Amino acid sequence: MIHMTINGTEVDAPEEQTILQAARTLGIKIPTLCHHDALSPYGSCRLCIVEIKKRGRSKIVTSCNYPAEKGIEVFTDSEEVLAHRKMLMELLLARCPDVGVVREMARRMGIEKTRFPQAKHDCILCGLCVRVCDERIGASAISFVNRGVDEDVSAPFDISSESCIGCGACVRVCPTGAITMEVVQGFMKINRFKTAKQLHQCPSCKKYCATELHLGWIEDRLGPQSMAAALCTDCKRTRNAQSALMVHALQRKAPVAEGRNGVAG
Amino acid sequence: MAMRIESIQELEQLRKTLVAKTDPAKARIRICAGTGCRACGSEEVIEAFNKEIAGRGISADVEIKATGCHGFCERGTLIVLYPEGILYQTVKPEDVPEILERTVGGKEIIERLLYVDPVSGERITYEKDIPFYKSQRRSLLGMNPSIDPTEIDDYIALGGYRAAAKALTQMTPEEVIAEVKKSGLRGRGGGGFPTGVKWETCRNAPGDARYVICNADEGDPGAYMDRSLLEGNPHSVLEGMIIGAYAVGANEAYIYVRNEYPLAVENAKRAIEQAGEYGFLGADIFSSAFDLDVRIARGGGAFICGESSALMTSLEGKPGRPRAKYIHTVERGLWEQPTNLNNVETWANVPLIINNGAAWYCRTGTEGSKGTKIFSLVGKINNTGLVEVPMGMPLREIVYGIGGGVPSGKKLKAVQTGGPSGGCLPESLIDLPVDFDQLTKVGSMMGSGGMIIMDENTCMVDVARYFLNFLKDESCGKCLPCREGIKRMLEILNRICEGKGEEGDVELLTEIAHTVQETSLCALGGSAPNPLLTTLRYFGEEYTAHVRDKKCPAGICKDLIIYTIHEDKCTGCGACVKACPNGAISGKKKKPHTIELAKCIKCGICSETCRQEAIAAA
Repeated sequence: MIHMTINGTEVDAPEEQTILQAARTLGIKIPTLCHHDALSPYGSCRLCIVEIKKRGRSKIVTSCNYPAEKGIEVFTDSEEVLAHRKMLMELLLARCPDVGVVREMARRMGIEKTRFPQAKHDCILCGLCVRVCDERIGASAISFVNRGVDEDVSAPFDISSESCIGCGACVRVCPTGAITMEVVQGFMKINRFKTAKQLHQCPSCKKYCATELHLGWIEDRLGPQSMAAALCTDCKRTRNAQSALMVHALQRKAPVAEGRNGVAG
Repeated sequence: MAMRIESIQELEQLRKTLVAKTDPAKARIRICAGTGCRACGSEEVIEAFNKEIAGRGISADVEIKATGCHGFCERGTLIVLYPEGILYQTVKPEDVPEILERTVGGKEIIERLLYVDPVSGERITYEKDIPFYKSQRRSLLGMNPSIDPTEIDDYIALGGYRAAAKALTQMTPEEVIAEVKKSGLRGRGGGGFPTGVKWETCRNAPGDARYVICNADEGDPGAYMDRSLLEGNPHSVLEGMIIGAYAVGANEAYIYVRNEYPLAVENAKRAIEQAGEYGFLGADIFSSAFDLDVRIARGGGAFICGESSALMTSLEGKPGRPRAKYIHTVERGLWEQPTNLNNVETWANVPLIINNGAAWYCRTGTEGSKGTKIFSLVGKINNTGLVEVPMGMPLREIVYGIGGGVPSGKKLKAVQTGGPSGGCLPESLIDLPVDFDQLTKVGSMMGSGGMIIMDENTCMVDVARYFLNFLKDESCGKCLPCREGIKRMLEILNRICEGKGEEGDVELLTEIAHTVQETSLCALGGSAPNPLLTTLRYFGEEYTAHVRDKKCPAGICKDLIIYTIHEDKCTGCGACVKACPNGAISGKKKKPHTIELAKCIKCGICSETCRQEAIAAA
């Protein structure tokens, strides 16, 4: 265990825990945007900055990727931290003035408008989509492209991706709603990445459910699936319910008819 | 195939054989074929020499060698004639027959090709007497004029690879580290971190493998020290890397060099091959059971890849973007293994330390900065070139003594050190001793050694704008403060230069700058505001003039100036009328002319054309 203090409270953090994780165990809230518990830390939004004091010296670090360290004093909302965080938020708000989550966060920090000309981006470049696609799905279908102010997220060559399985993890994880998907004529379209993947039709109700590639991806990981796996979620539920009822009915009947194994209904 | 050298004795034997082969009395002509001189046509000069020597049938009496950069790039093509040490400058192919005829044949000096000291007006015959070279201490660059970088034997003849042999056969890795620590060598890439300490941390870090990297991704505008070292003396860098790899316990090394340096790539590649043939690379080097392979990785031209963690990400085949270094790369770097990265110049210092000892090395330099430092002296300076000076040399001596001062009798305004991460120092700091700590103290930094001289016609707001514009394109875009902060600071500076500055702009700039400085992910962002902050600190009145008075005192910001013709100075010669690309100037012959402001595009050509200095911007 690593002994340190956060906002004056002593804490013992396990090895490899970050300051952010340690602070959360104490119920201390630190704002984050590019952080996700299921993904590796990235440190791009810088909103989770904290001040640490080490051997008498202070510095600003990001809590999402700074490992817990013996003897440091952490301050999550010192005057300096708050001033920098406010400036960061203002810069972000100027980039994405129409993004709800950014506006809301800014408002909570007391920023209603910025001193800069407003841009119209919907993406905050947090990289959650890139990381989930790489680390969790293993597809690496999208990545960062360009540099500096022109940075963006895209599939290679800004054309439909061959590696994308159309799972939609990027859509789910995106905090700003910059990535959307829709079903168009049997295809799952992920508009931002100009990618469309063939959808699988539920053999029972004929509704579109997951993409063919996504089902293949599941099979690759879990082994060959029963016929039932091809059903859509609704039909699976219906089918499960029906079979449960059937078993239930059979079991209720059984002791009466057979009268010997004592199975209660 | 060269024979394998197995011991320090065999190496010494080889060196003696090589030295014995050269006749000290024979005429030796050394032609600079560094990139600067190549741009001046040195390849044609070399060709002319080859042809002329063959034509005259004197190849047995004259030896020519195309060498690496000699440093005095302003006067290229440079040639030095030995044994006398005569320096001829701005040599053209048509001078070649005369040189062979009169100087080599007749022992006569060709006055026209000698360097003329602008201060005394005297012609100087010998390289060693030229002020540009005189106060330099060329420990690293000194070998360049004597060796053909494509010939390993040239390097060995001068004692090359002796340090590697010594380290591998007579010293333990710990002893090597102790020596480098004692020498006080600090990283020449910018940070100035003590090299020996870095090596020690890397050696002691747990890992399955260890790597050594040479950072040759030099990207600062106007800086080309590393380029000239790697082009001109690649074996010195390689030898340093062998010693370093042995010290940290790495068996694999990389030279990450930008692909825009084709000659450096080529020469480094050849150096690796030749070193391998002698057995200085590969398995069981000097029969010491130490193995090392060196590979070349070519950078794609991103400035950010000079940052160590971005460089390593790029080496791994991913987009070159930095990562947090809360766990240092010496502990977890390339492929998550302990990795020791040093800059080209740092590596080149290592053989010197091992050969001559830490005590010798420490004799040069200041308390906290030992050894020499190469600067690329560029901008408004008479003697543009690469200069190597002892740490602690006053700025004045570099600018006026070696650099020969500012051209056209103009006044020195500022010295920019450290590239886009550094700062602009005012003329009042001209007596500052140049070393790591002094530069940091005044708000700039050593950086990799770019030194840009600015004269009175430089607008410091525009300079800050220039560097931020560079960084706007070169920021990787990963972290918010660097990406958005630089963009916003640049927007404000653009407004100020266009005469749309508002009260509070300077305060807002400072506020953004501090956040960018403190919260950026890597050193590019962390140091990006330096040009802005130092110009604000030392040239604050220029910002005020721009913002409040809507004036550009240096006459650079087009929206804030108008060109006018002084009636009493104008002779009505009409030169400006002809020069003006937009027909904005008119007037009767021999009568003062006038500029029609509506047509003037403020290009400044008229002002440059006027011999009477009658046209000025205000």
